[in-house]
Parts: sequence; structure tokens; C-alpha cells
Amino acid sequence: MTNLLRSPVLWAALLLAAVASTLPWWLSGYVLGVLTVAYYFGVFSMAWDLLFGFAGEVNFGPTFLIGLGAYTAAILDAKWGPPIPVCIIAGGLVALIGGLLLALPALRLRGPYFGLVTLVAVLLLQNCIVIFAGVTGGEIGMTVPDVLSVRAEDNYWYALAFLIVCAIILFGLSRSAIGLILQASGQDAVGAQALGFNVTKHKLAAFCISAVFSGVAGAMLIFYQGTASVSTVVDLGVGVQIIIAAVLGGRRTILGAVLGSVFLIVAGEFLRPLGQINTFVVAAVALAVILFFPDGLLGNLLRVTARERE
Amino acid sequence: MSGTDTPRLQVRGLTKRFGGLLAVKGIGFDIQAGEILGLIGPNGSGKSTVMKLIMGIERPNAGSVKLDGVEMAGWAPHRIARAGVGIVFQHSRPLHRQTVLEHIKLALLPDSLIKLFADPHVERRAREIAERVELGAVMHRHPSSLPFADLRRMEMAKAIARDPKVVLVDEPFAGLNAAESESFAALIRGFRAEGRAVLLVDHNVKSLAALVDRVLAMYLGEHVAEGTAEEVMQDETVRRVYIGGKIETRERPPDEARSKVSILEVQDLSVFYGKARALDTVSMHVREGEFVSVVGLNGAGKTTLFNAISGLLPYQGRIRFGGRDLNGMTGAAVARAGIVQCPETRELFGDMTVRENLDLGGYHLPSGARLPQLTWLFELFPILKSRQGQTARTLSGGEQQMLAIARALMMQPKLLVLDEPTLGLAPVILEQLSKALERLQQTTPITVLLGEQNVTFALPHADRVYVLEHARIVWEGNPARFAKEMGRGYLEAEVADGTSVHPGSE
Repeated sequence: MTNLLRSPVLWAALLLAAVASTLPWWLSGYVLGVLTVAYYFGVFSMAWDLLFGFAGEVNFGPTFLIGLGAYTAAILDAKWGPPIPVCIIAGGLVALIGGLLLALPALRLRGPYFGLVTLVAVLLLQNCIVIFAGVTGGEIGMTVPDVLSVRAEDNYWYALAFLIVCAIILFGLSRSAIGLILQASGQDAVGAQALGFNVTKHKLAAFCISAVFSGVAGAMLIFYQGTASVSTVVDLGVGVQIIIAAVLGGRRTILGAVLGSVFLIVAGEFLRPLGQINTFVVAAVALAVILFFPDGLLGNLLRVTARERE
Repeated sequence: MSGTDTPRLQVRGLTKRFGGLLAVKGIGFDIQAGEILGLIGPNGSGKSTVMKLIMGIERPNAGSVKLDGVEMAGWAPHRIARAGVGIVFQHSRPLHRQTVLEHIKLALLPDSLIKLFADPHVERRAREIAERVELGAVMHRHPSSLPFADLRRMEMAKAIARDPKVVLVDEPFAGLNAAESESFAALIRGFRAEGRAVLLVDHNVKSLAALVDRVLAMYLGEHVAEGTAEEVMQDETVRRVYIGGKIETRERPPDEARSKVSILEVQDLSVFYGKARALDTVSMHVREGEFVSVVGLNGAGKTTLFNAISGLLPYQGRIRFGGRDLNGMTGAAVARAGIVQCPETRELFGDMTVRENLDLGGYHLPSGARLPQLTWLFELFPILKSRQGQTARTLSGGEQQMLAIARALMMQPKLLVLDEPTLGLAPVILEQLSKALERLQQTTPITVLLGEQNVTFALPHADRVYVLEHARIVWEGNPARFAKEMGRGYLEAEVADGTSVHPGSE
């Protein structure tokens, strides 16, 4: 506990959260809108980092889980229109079930095969959405009748609050006894088993947790955007962006993933005047960071402070 | 507590097959509570596989492993660990961001998905264990900043934390100096005093002799001898396995090679693996057309020496080949310069055919030179000619070794480096291989550097012999002198510093 209080990451995170909560008073609705999306992406990336950074499994299909949550919530809302929280919880649940069905067989595979299975899962989901276009709106996407709020400030508050809650839970989990066992399972599976830990059980649990957070965040995102479409919540490109954000922010840091997401989304938005070049510039910056600071923004910072203390 | 009649750990008929290779054949033994059993055997004898089979890391094809009478064969490793078996791995793979104390705490945690915070006693217990293994002063440091011996202590601490009934220790003293070895031996004696059953796995009986109650020796997956350390050391089969039985030497025309210049010169070569010293200021040379054997038990540093020469490892000191300093050259550049290594692990392309493997070796040859070279190799190893279309994976161990040598020769090396070619081969295959080497020597003026544990195999071909022991060269001379001076003492490898000889050259 005292270790946690002395952690510079915690204080930096608190400071950033405080700054973020003052933004609605001095930023335009447009900027707040960009940040709102960035915060949901932050949750996607944190959930992904729990799986990659801690459990050591590369999930190339974060959008499989996100898409399940998003489309479940959207379809529920469009068909029956229950209260929004019910739709969001259902989104999380379906993502959990989908994640379990995927991970149970996939975790039996070794090496790159787990990643390949998750990749295929995204393509399958994408195809299903197109095939059942009558319900899902197919490639064009579907309109969600309800939204969280029409005011940019309110949507910003929802996203920020959600981000902070998720960050506390996921960061806390990563620093708990379970996080420790998970890291051991990810970094040296044989060693962890020899210490009596059921590695498959812990990895499966991590996958489920990652699935719930991804699904709920996906559902929240479509209630902000008012539409659900393949290109915003399922496409492989979206998944790649989430992965880049997490790696950019720093593997095994959880909170770094938020920094990476905010950077990617905000930079992408503000470089939009550059036209086609914009994605290229953002990708080039991300590539440079990953090549020269493989530990990511936060990871690199942590290593420097750790070295100074030793 | 078990009764006096049931052993703590009972292993019977343990068998493990990897594809076509029978790695462990019907191994059985008992270990009582408070007893230390040493399991020895040269590399490839299957001793490490036995340890993995007990721990459940590999599943046995047949046989039984009982802990206090309860059958565990086929269980998952975490279940076996929870039943009371602990293992100390030879190489630790510490977590990236955790301190030593956190590593020990990890070992104390229950396998639970809902226990978010460790029980308060965990912290206290972890500190106690850190003190016991002499890590008290560094428990808040990260493993990456610790010396090698402390990393091994941390592995020991993790095993202690599980409070196991049976402890398996892989190569307990590898990479440790004398003082560190002594403190490890004390820890292991502590296990015995606490009534744990201990299995120590090592290459050679000498390092374990002072510690073990009994020794079991393995070779090619089979049980070859059992008894006290002294009995096993005197056992004829064990001596044959390690030394290779009767030592024969064959004098080659003496002055032919001696007048030639050195093609390879190694000066004050040192290599470190992280913090472990694998080679200690080794100096040696090989003359043009000479056949030099480096003999030493496994773990002495032969492979490290060859890998440094082949440009595969960073090193301190100087290696010159044909007058050229090799420092800074990549493995590929060294190979193109003419040093071709045939590694201990063979590194064949298993899914390619024999012919494809050979063609890859000859890839850099001018097209006119390829076919004659291939024809010559098929004369040297006729068996390969008939196996051309077969994939390398399906060859027997001996055939694979011949293919590995042939592929190296395909590159027309100036210096052929053979690392432990006899590893895991049956005696009859050894003879074939030996004949092939003899033909090779007779038909070409090739220079060969051979690393071997099996002295019978290493001596007949050699012009000169180096003995490598504990990362140092302790003896140099011709085979005839080796038979006289080193023969008997080699297994025990007790060459006291005073008696070791370093003649510059004959």
C-alpha cells in the first residue's frame, strides 16, 4: 500500500485527472468531442494492455470484443429500447460470453496462433454483420435511437468518469496479487506453473476482464456517437490503432495506454487539415516511438526513475 | 507424514518419446524423506527430461511417479507443484518490474482469482526466506541489477517458499565459484535436514559427490549405474560413458603439421553469460592442416569457446584467423572467411530433404564446384546418398550428425569446427562416424577443431589435445602424453593446480 502511495505514476495520474476535469470550462465543444472519443479508446487500450502486457498474449482482435459490445447495445436499443444502462450491461455480458467462447479454445494454442485466432474472429464478426444486414445495417452501419446526452460537456463527463473508474480498477488489478501472478504467467509460464499457478485459468480470467471492459466501452461509445458501424468499432484498422496506442504509451503500465490513445486520437484530429498525409504523420511518429523507445512513453519514464532510485 | 515403507518419491518405468527418439527408457528410483539423490549423465542422456517428467512439464508416455504413494504421472505441473514438488531451474527468468522480495512473495501466493491482496503473513515470511538464502541486503533491488549467484539464490528462495516435500534442483553449481557453491551446498543440506527429498541433476558426479547420499547414472535415456558416489565413479560402464573406455592413440607423421603456421590464434579469451563466467582467459592455437581436440566435461566451456570463435558471442580477448582479427565480425562473415562450425545441436533444417540441406550448404559455391563437392561428400558418407530424398527430421541421430558434418563441409571450410559430434549417439554409430573422420583426414588437407567429452573418440584423430575445465585450459599436449598423464584422473577431473602443465608447444 505504502509502495503504491510513493509511486510517481499514481500522483502523475491524479494530476492529469484533475487537469482533465477542468477542461470543459475552457475548451470548445469540438475539442471535448475529440477527447471523449479518445477516452473511450483509452479504455480499449488499457483492457488490451492487461492481456498483452500482463498475461503476455497478443490479442489482434480487440475490436471483436468491442464490436460485440457495441452492436449488442445498438441492436437492443433499436429493437426494444430498454434503458441505456441495460443495453450497456448487456453489451458487456455478450462481449464476455463471446470472449470466453473465443479464448477457451484459443488459449490451448501456443505462440503466434492465439493472435491469429483473434484476428480471424474479427473478420468473422465483420462478415456476420454484413450477412445480417437486415438487423445490423450491414456495411453502412445502424443508427442508435438513443444517445447519452446531446450536450458535449455531459458526454465528456460521462467518458471521463468512465475512464477514471476503469483506470482505477484495471490499474489496481495490475498491482494486486492477481496482477503479479498474471505477469508471472505471461513472462514465464513454466516457472509460474512450477509455483503451483494454473496459468490457463489466470490467462482466461484476464481475457474475460479485458472482454467486459472492451464490451462496455464499445457500448458507451456508440451511445455517444449515435451510430454503430463496422468502420468505427469493428474494422481491423481500429484494432491496430488500439494496439499502437497501448504500445506507444508503454507496455505493462495500464495507464500509459491512456496517454497513447489521447495522443493518437488528438494528433489524428488536429492534423486533419494536412489531408491524406495526416494518418501517415501519426503513424510515422508512432513508429519512431516504438522503434526508439520500445518501452513506450510511460514505460521509458518509469525505467529512468527506477534507475535513479537504485 | 509417510510411513517408513513408502518412499517420499517413487518413480517406476518412466518412459518418454520425442518423435523417433526415445529420450527416457524405463527409469525408476526412490527418494526417501531427508535423502539426496544425484542424477548424473552426459548431455543428451535424458536426465533433464526425467526432471521435467516428474514436474509434469513433459508428460510421460509410460511409467509412474508417486508422491507419498499418490500417483501423479500425467498431472498438470501446477497440480504437481501444489501436491508438494518444487523445482529450482538452472536459468532464472525473473519478472521485468518486480523486486527480489516481490518474486518471493509471488511464490507464497495461493492460486486464487479472487484474493486481490496477499495475507499479511506473506510479507513477513518472504523476508524470512530472503534472509535465509542470504538475500536480505538486496531484497528491494531488481533482479537485473544482481550478480548471477544471487539470481540463483532467488530461485532457491522461490522453491523454499512453496515448502515442498520434494525439491528438484537442476545443475545446482553451474556458473558458481567455490565459495558460492559451498553456500548452495549448505542450503541443500538444509533441505535434507528439514526432511525434504532432494533430487540433484548434474553432468558429472564429482561436483555432487560430497553432497549426495546416492547417485544414479544415466546414458542414452537408460539407467547405467546406481550406488554411492564412490561406487558410481568406479563403475566400468560409467567410466566408459564418460571417458569412452580404453584410450587408444594413433600417432600421425609428427613433423608434417608442426612446421606449418598457425591458422587460428586465440589469446586471453574471456566470455561472460550475464554475470556467469563461461571462459576464463583461454589461449590456444591451431596450425594449418592440424587436427586439434578440445576435451572437457560438459559445462567446461567447449561450446562457448567455439561459439566465440564462430563470431556468435561477444567476448574479451583476441581471436585471429589467417592473420586477420575476427573481433566485430558477424557469424556470417566469419563463416565466409572460412571457419565453419558444426554445432552440438546440429541445426539441420528438419523439414527439408537431405539433398536440400546439402544444397543450402553449397549455396555460395560457384556452380561448377557444387557437384564435385557433393560427389566427394557422398563418397565420404555413402549413407547420405541413399537418403537424399528423405527429410532430415526422419533420419536417425547418427545420420543427422553425418548430414550436419557434410553440410558444413559443403561450404569448403578452411577450418572445420566440430562441437560434440558424438552427443547422444550409440557406440556403433560412433564407430561409423570415427571412420568417416579418418577418411576425411586421409583425403583432404583440412584443419579440424573438435570439441569432445568422449576421449576415446577425440584422441585417435588428434595431433594435439587441450583439456578445458571450469572455463580454463588446464592441459595441453599430444594424445600419447594425455593417455599417460590425464587418463585415470579425467573423470574425477582432479587436476590440482600444481600439477597442471602448460607447455607452450612440444
